[in-house]
Amino acid sequence: MSGHSPPPLITVRNLCLTGRRATGPETTIVSNVSFDVAEGEMLALIGESGSGKTSIALALTGYARTGCRIAQGELRVAGHDVRTMGASELRSFRGKTIAYIAQNAGAAFNPALPLMEQVIEPALTHHILPRKEAVDHAIALFEMMALPTPHTIGARYPHECSGGQLQRIMAAMALITEPEVVIFDEPTTALDVTTQIEVLEAFRVAMRQCGFTGVYVTHDLAIVAQMADRAVVLKNGSVQEEGPTGQILNKPTQSYTRQLVAASQPHLRNHDALPPATPLLDVQNLMVGYGAIMPNGHPRHTIVNSVSLPVRAGETLGIIGESGCGKSTLIRAIAGIQPWSGGNMFFAGEPLPPRIEDRTPQQRQHLQLVAQNADLVLNPALSVGATLRRVLTFYNEDASDAALNRVLDMVRLPAAVAGRYPTQLSGGQKQRVNLARALAARPRLVLCDEITAALDTVVAAAILDLMMELKRELGVSWLFVTHDLHALRSVCDHVAVLYAGHCVEFSTASALNAPPRHPYTRKLESSVPEMHPGWLDGVIRQNGLKPGRVAPIPAHGCCYMPRCPVAVADCAQTPPPTWQAPSGALINCHLQAPDLS
Amino acid sequence: MNAKLGIAIARRLGASCVSLVFVVVAVFFITSALPGDVAQSLLGQAATPDAVAALRHSLRLDEPVLLRFASWAGGLLRGDFGMSLVSHQSVMSMVHERLLHSLLLAGITTLFAVPTALLLGTLSAIFRNTVFDRCVSVLTLCVVSVPEFLVATLAVLVFAVQLHLLPALASISDIHSIGSFLAAFSMPVATLGCVIVGQMARMTRAVMVNVLSSSWVEMAVLKGVSPTAIILRHVLPNVVAPLFNVMALSLSYLLGGVVIVESVFHYPGIASLMVDSVASRDIPLVQTCALIFCAAYLLLTTLADVVALFSTQERSRA
Repeated sequence: MSGHSPPPLITVRNLCLTGRRATGPETTIVSNVSFDVAEGEMLALIGESGSGKTSIALALTGYARTGCRIAQGELRVAGHDVRTMGASELRSFRGKTIAYIAQNAGAAFNPALPLMEQVIEPALTHHILPRKEAVDHAIALFEMMALPTPHTIGARYPHECSGGQLQRIMAAMALITEPEVVIFDEPTTALDVTTQIEVLEAFRVAMRQCGFTGVYVTHDLAIVAQMADRAVVLKNGSVQEEGPTGQILNKPTQSYTRQLVAASQPHLRNHDALPPATPLLDVQNLMVGYGAIMPNGHPRHTIVNSVSLPVRAGETLGIIGESGCGKSTLIRAIAGIQPWSGGNMFFAGEPLPPRIEDRTPQQRQHLQLVAQNADLVLNPALSVGATLRRVLTFYNEDASDAALNRVLDMVRLPAAVAGRYPTQLSGGQKQRVNLARALAARPRLVLCDEITAALDTVVAAAILDLMMELKRELGVSWLFVTHDLHALRSVCDHVAVLYAGHCVEFSTASALNAPPRHPYTRKLESSVPEMHPGWLDGVIRQNGLKPGRVAPIPAHGCCYMPRCPVAVADCAQTPPPTWQAPSGALINCHLQAPDLS
Repeated sequence: MNAKLGIAIARRLGASCVSLVFVVVAVFFITSALPGDVAQSLLGQAATPDAVAALRHSLRLDEPVLLRFASWAGGLLRGDFGMSLVSHQSVMSMVHERLLHSLLLAGITTLFAVPTALLLGTLSAIFRNTVFDRCVSVLTLCVVSVPEFLVATLAVLVFAVQLHLLPALASISDIHSIGSFLAAFSMPVATLGCVIVGQMARMTRAVMVNVLSSSWVEMAVLKGVSPTAIILRHVLPNVVAPLFNVMALSLSYLLGGVVIVESVFHYPGIASLMVDSVASRDIPLVQTCALIFCAAYLLLTTLADVVALFSTQERSRA
């Protein structure tokens, strides 16, 4: 440290946090953590789930969640000794000196109060501004955050705004008292990559204009590269490494940091040649929707619109798209739990009935679904062995101990796991059991719905590796739904890009990198954060930010037209044709190859 | 927005009316299926079969059941609840006074029990897993699980028989002062209150714990909002609907479920009237009492749902 640096605004020394479940002994969550944050600096707390990063961030406000406790250490924030403050001192400190931006804005806003009431509440509570001025200030902040209709958005209720909007409104709520310190707790983790850019940019504008000191909690190294000056890497509640962002990302000294950086780098896992073109599952012009059936025979709300996908035997087909694009609905329709209203499906040459009840036992056995959240899928009252054995006996397979061990071995779990219950397993182990449950049926096609979304980077990487090994060993085909472009590229043979229920591009994974590409594919591609610090500036310069409400999708035109930067007049009038690019990609767009390169 | 709310409320009221029709049908046919016969019980063991048959005929008990239902239901529509088979008075006049007594008891108990329960439940949710919460939890559990006849009998034994503080019977005919009012009502109200408070406090706690552990309450704490403001500004609008349901369920018990308390304290309410009328097989009286209990239940739950609709109307626009 050079002698010229200003005194730190935040000082944490030997912080220890402990917690306990309803019953049981007190366990250490965070031990001996020390760091400083200089005035005007943004410090990133990096770590995977359970690393204690959120607990540390909350401790800065003097708050510990139920069951947790700040056991020892020193916490100084903007001249306040946080640990010696009483309840009323803490109340006037929180929201005024230090503000907090929560991970899930959808849950962190009171559903029963209009947003404006909640945004100006800190200013009113701390008697910083009278009501009218607070409202004006909030509107100014909404404008700075590039929110649509800043004058009226405050009258809405939380459920009337999108996730990205709520996250920016929450930032406005934090900044309304002009706090000295702002804590960002994974503020973009729950957002789509395209929305994430807008929110990150809004945060950076706020940082420049309001000049606060920040603590940014995240697990995403690419975000750290854009947002933070310095970073602290945490693992199991202790500091692994600390230093300037550039050094942490480029020259990590600790093995754990190196491991983290390596897992965040895109890397190709699928080295196999494309299998021959014998479709195992053939989806033709599928229409799926919800709501009452309209006179034209389709449901009121169409979710999946005329999607055709061939899945070859022995390949991995990836489906990518943002939340709400219909990818989960598509998977559910294929799995037979969401009836479709139009189109056909063929499995191994035979027609596949819409309802799972009407499918043959073979079809049911050969088509298995792996759901996103293993916590919700695995029965907590059954041991892993009992769960797997049930699958084996259900399909009249050999259910002996040896067969059970074989299944566990497939997902690289020791035989001893059979006796354990889901609550005794880690997140990665649970997801392996979830996979094993599907594989026990000896399927030919496994449908995976965002199976890595809830996992930490390192654990998710291991699951992807496992998928590829199983593909080679067992010859199963995978249908892999994700919103993570890196994961998609790394494991897939073919890729379908879904937007608003339409398949806008279908290509081989390798052709996805090469032009021509659909404008949405390009947008997705450019939205995936990269680890070099200038990435966000580059994207903003290139695309600009388009705030404001997006126009509705035209009834007869292209679904992407309202957001498309290269839309032409035709796009609003006629549905786009699908044409084949030289790379083999099928692109659903009015523009031709030269315009899309 | 208001039209939408109006439609929603109208639908809810319509649903209640349909339920009421089902209740009317069920009450009549279930009471018709009760064993025993008023003619037999009026005339006693020694009655000759001829005398019983003659009495049955004069009471029109020998008519087909559907015909009797039609005339009874028609009477209900005109506001005529029929005549008592035993006392030959109109059911309406017999029920009228008893119902007022019961409503008085229920009202006093509500005034005492609802604030106590809400306060206890809210406090133990705020201080959850502390000694206070555990004490309240154990206490309410004890109170809920001890049968009320035991509580009532013990109260009589201690306060009336041993200590001579209160009269054993709640005679409400000679209430002239606050003192006599307290003497008459303190034991029945306390007994009923025990059950209601216990139940309601536990359910309130569950509702409040659910809301207080939400992340928007944590957010409010991190904004520096005081605990009182969190409860009044943030939590209250979110718990109005579930709390009214909790109250409706508990309070509906106050009319129909008080048989034991009314009997022990000899309180002249509608529940004890029903017990007497069952004993004498006075079917029109039984039917009317049953109908009143069901209607009260229906009314309270409907009311809770309408309140819930009102409390969310702002949010459910668009």
